[in-house]
Amino acid sequence: MWAFDWLNAFPPLAVYLAIPLAPLAGSLMAGFWGWKLRGQAHWAPITGVIIALYLSLAVLWQASHGITFYGNVYTWAILGHLPVSIGFDIDSLTALMLVIVTFVSLCVHLYTIGYMHGDPGYARFFSYIALFTFSMIMLVMSNNFLQIFFGWEAVGLVSYLLIGFWFQRESANVAALKAFIVNRVGDFGFLIGIAAIYHYCGSLDYRTVFAAIPHLVGQTLEIIPGHPWSVLTWIALLLFIGAMGKSAQVPLHVWLPESMEGPTPISALIHAATMVTAGIFMVARMSPIYEQSATALTVVLIIGAVTALFMGLIGLVQNDIKRIIAYSTLSQLGYMTAALGASAFSAAIFHLMTHAFFKALLFLAAGSVIHAMANEQDIRKMGGLRKAMPITYITFLIGSLALSGIPPFAGFFSKDLIIEAVGLSTLPGAGWAELMLVVGAFVTALYTFRMFFLVFHGTPRMDEHTRSHLHESPLVITIPLIALAIPAIYAGWAYIGPIGFGHFLDSSLVIAPQLNTVGEISTHWQGTGEFLLHGLLAWPFWLALSGIAVATWFYWLRPGLPVALTRFLSPFIWVLESKYGFDAFNQTVLVRGVLQLGRLFWHVGDERLIDGIMVNGTAREIGKTASSWRRVQTGYIYHYAFAMIIGLILLMTYFVVWRG
Amino acid sequence: MAHSSLLSYAIWVPIIGGLLVLAVGDRRAEAARWLALLVSLAAFAVTIPLFTGFDTRTAAMQFSERVAWIPSLNIFYHLGIDGISLWFILLTSFLTVLVVISSWRNVKERVAQFMAAFLIMEGMMIGVFCALDAILFYVFWEAMLIPMFLIIGVWGGPRRVYATIKFFLYTFLGSVLMLVALLYLYYHSNSSFSLLVFQKTPLGMTAQILIFLAFFLAFAVKIPMWPMHTWLPDAHVEAPTAGSVILAAVMLKMGAYGFLRLSLPIVPDASHKLAWLMILLSLIAIIYVALVAIVQEDMKKLIAYSSIAHMGFVTLGFFVFDSVAIDGSIIQMLSHGFISAAMFLCVGVLYDRMHTRNIKAYGGVANVMPIFAALMMLFAMGNVGLPGTSGFVGEFMVVLGTYQVSPWAAILAATGLITGASYTLWLFKRAIFGGVTHPEVAGLKDLDGREMLVLGTLAAFTLLLGLWPAPFLNIVHSSVQHLVTQVSLSKIPA
Repeated sequence: MWAFDWLNAFPPLAVYLAIPLAPLAGSLMAGFWGWKLRGQAHWAPITGVIIALYLSLAVLWQASHGITFYGNVYTWAILGHLPVSIGFDIDSLTALMLVIVTFVSLCVHLYTIGYMHGDPGYARFFSYIALFTFSMIMLVMSNNFLQIFFGWEAVGLVSYLLIGFWFQRESANVAALKAFIVNRVGDFGFLIGIAAIYHYCGSLDYRTVFAAIPHLVGQTLEIIPGHPWSVLTWIALLLFIGAMGKSAQVPLHVWLPESMEGPTPISALIHAATMVTAGIFMVARMSPIYEQSATALTVVLIIGAVTALFMGLIGLVQNDIKRIIAYSTLSQLGYMTAALGASAFSAAIFHLMTHAFFKALLFLAAGSVIHAMANEQDIRKMGGLRKAMPITYITFLIGSLALSGIPPFAGFFSKDLIIEAVGLSTLPGAGWAELMLVVGAFVTALYTFRMFFLVFHGTPRMDEHTRSHLHESPLVITIPLIALAIPAIYAGWAYIGPIGFGHFLDSSLVIAPQLNTVGEISTHWQGTGEFLLHGLLAWPFWLALSGIAVATWFYWLRPGLPVALTRFLSPFIWVLESKYGFDAFNQTVLVRGVLQLGRLFWHVGDERLIDGIMVNGTAREIGKTASSWRRVQTGYIYHYAFAMIIGLILLMTYFVVWRG
Repeated sequence: MAHSSLLSYAIWVPIIGGLLVLAVGDRRAEAARWLALLVSLAAFAVTIPLFTGFDTRTAAMQFSERVAWIPSLNIFYHLGIDGISLWFILLTSFLTVLVVISSWRNVKERVAQFMAAFLIMEGMMIGVFCALDAILFYVFWEAMLIPMFLIIGVWGGPRRVYATIKFFLYTFLGSVLMLVALLYLYYHSNSSFSLLVFQKTPLGMTAQILIFLAFFLAFAVKIPMWPMHTWLPDAHVEAPTAGSVILAAVMLKMGAYGFLRLSLPIVPDASHKLAWLMILLSLIAIIYVALVAIVQEDMKKLIAYSSIAHMGFVTLGFFVFDSVAIDGSIIQMLSHGFISAAMFLCVGVLYDRMHTRNIKAYGGVANVMPIFAALMMLFAMGNVGLPGTSGFVGEFMVVLGTYQVSPWAAILAATGLITGASYTLWLFKRAIFGGVTHPEVAGLKDLDGREMLVLGTLAAFTLLLGLWPAPFLNIVHSSVQHLVTQVSLSKIPA
């Protein structure tokens, strides 16, 4: 394309290097000179991200024409005889992820100018989100397990820093700490998985590892003696633990709802559109490994489906606008994970993409609402906002329809494809998984439109002061909303052909013929229109519609009904409000257990046993038997030093005189 | 060889310089400071040619010097270094410069003696890292404790006497048996004290095990390994900041170095035979001690326990006898040299201002000291082992190497990922984040130029080693390969 032609003058590696380095440079500028730039600190990061987006588009264009790249930048270290490098694997999957990441990142950067205006940490915030963009780019561009782990943990770090961005708030600090530690549990599995890959494949380089994978089929290992496990299942499950942490799958999901303590722009960028999808991306990238283990795929499928339904249900009883969207994110990540389990990798990536657009849109629109409401996040105190905020209202509606899976919005296509693929899966438990996903479609529409009606329709429930100050947000906030609303409308029907069914991602994925669910669907594929018609006759669409209908009835037309129902359903609601007890379990059993154990080891192990009996006991015994020791223990170092030297001289004299 | 006396310079420049500083006297404190800085810079300068002139292709000893010392006993002044020792010499000379700078103002009493103690200790520690004669090694080994006793005992905190006695009891009793073992080896190697000869001396299994245990006591106390670790938190708490820095960054490495230089090559069969025990103790250090670290209320104690847990990775890496793991252990030691030094300096920065190490007395420091908070966050992440910092490299390599031998040991060791994050970031949350609740904190001043220089330098190395460990590993690699070969060959006479 003419717009990218001039890049041919540069070596490809230089162009690829510029993609991560441009945001990094922006981040460092904002970080080091932020104190001086203050309100102007956004220029460097935004310029960096614009460069990255432009180059990513160039890379996507190249990839769609079959131009890929696989090579190293520098040798990080030589492990034994194995050089481990920092390098890039540029193919269609990477290119697509790059565009998603940099596009959403740019929208969020622009939005931040308005949203964080006047915050004392303005420059710091820009420094962080640009650093995040760099880390995420390094993650998706990686061609080896070391670098993906680097990116993996680096995005975790930035997420930690941003959740705790307002570090004066206790709740934010707790949430940040929790996010980091829960993610670390995932990373622990990931690291062991990498160690296992290194052990069995003798390399950390993707291509070498993937080439070695077929030779491992049928090999077993015994982690528990007497129980032979498939090596590939072991590796795949360990890597999946990493994905569960980052992509917040049950039971490692607990950090994501609390991450909402961070400023809203990062909820959109990190905790909805990009970072949390890293686990999805990683599993798709590792498809050559997962396709060799039906056991691992089954686990992935079930965990995904459970997350999709049960996290969505919690969304029904939340009242904080950001938390509702957060539980919705958990649920949608569950859909993606279930798609991975059904070997529908392209469907997972397709949903990742559409979700990135409409979920970032919803979060940013929610931010716009929060902004107008003077930082109020409780939807019970909102209502009737549609008149004051028309742009936010329309874009939020578009996001809601996309999320609920109403055609022709983007979410319909990707979600429907996932449900169909899971339906065709032959793995054990696939039937249950499909059921959960189908019911999930109803739940999704219900919580989404409950939120929508409570916020934008009905009678205003805020106080007079807030109501009189209601206003549409400035352009710098609404333009990103519009920019995201456009793909939330059209990305579904426009891209389901090439990405969902077509061969765009073929070169990046490996799918075993007997598991190829998407391939099976695509044999009936007769174009977008046919798919749409087919979808209109299927369960998920009608369930979504009825979800919206119920929400309309309950939360717009007959607002008294939910109260009556609440009494009727109270045990059910109690279970949902306690979030199935995960937090209580973690707090009372795990956290308290670790602290108790630590105190036990400290006071009993170290102080009473080791110090009390061994050390001080020894000293006491010596003191008893030889009173001269007491005088030695005077604390005068000179004495000790002197004693040592005397001892040495005596020993030497002994050898010189008697032995020499 | 042209550089034949470089090692002697590295040892004696700081020692003689230290004596000169002592001669300047405490009354001319400013002159003593400047002279100490000059000496430490000169001492650092003479170690640089060791790096630039180092031949990475060979595992043989380089820059060797050998002069008869006590000829009747075959004791030689025999020095030499390989890739294993080089980084520790550079680390020692480099950190001494930082320590002198960081103590510039906050040590007010007996300045000359204080500076001299560090300089003399520097020479002795470098002596340990290059001694190739057992007696010379032993003399440096014991002698370096004297300045450290003085530093804790004279400039230490209120319970310094208890701490020094504990330190003394542990280290002295530990080392006595090492001397016996060295003498035993002397008689079984045709009256030689050369460590290189010891490495070739055939030994029966029983003798090897006894020697191993004797060495083990001396080295395990220094590292320290569980259950010989309880002196360290006390010593750190009482030591002045600079003392803690050297103690954590260099002195703990002595024990680990001893395992590499003496235990593994001299008694390889016993090392293999008792590897299970060493792995077990290392895992206990990583798990048990990390849990103890979580519940600490004193910042220095917390970091001291964290040091012990990190050293657990080092000893674990040694005793799986895999070259990647041992490479990783050495990188871990080097990285710990930077990060623990920095962490103790960070605590020192706070202590200088607030005169308490109790975590509860802080909270919200980031509000008033943003630059400090940013730097400390970097070191905290290094302590957590985040990729991109030096803390990751060693742990990663040790886990990878350990998995080759025992997946279970690797899994247990990798829990350090979770516990490390817990104690470090919880400390950070309580002390640095949050709102200002104590009025004293509100008045804190951010870093001054000197503190920024010291911490900034360490930050640069933490990142450099994390982002590009290749040059560091390059130096180590040949020597580790050689060591792995040595330790795989049985020395039991046929």
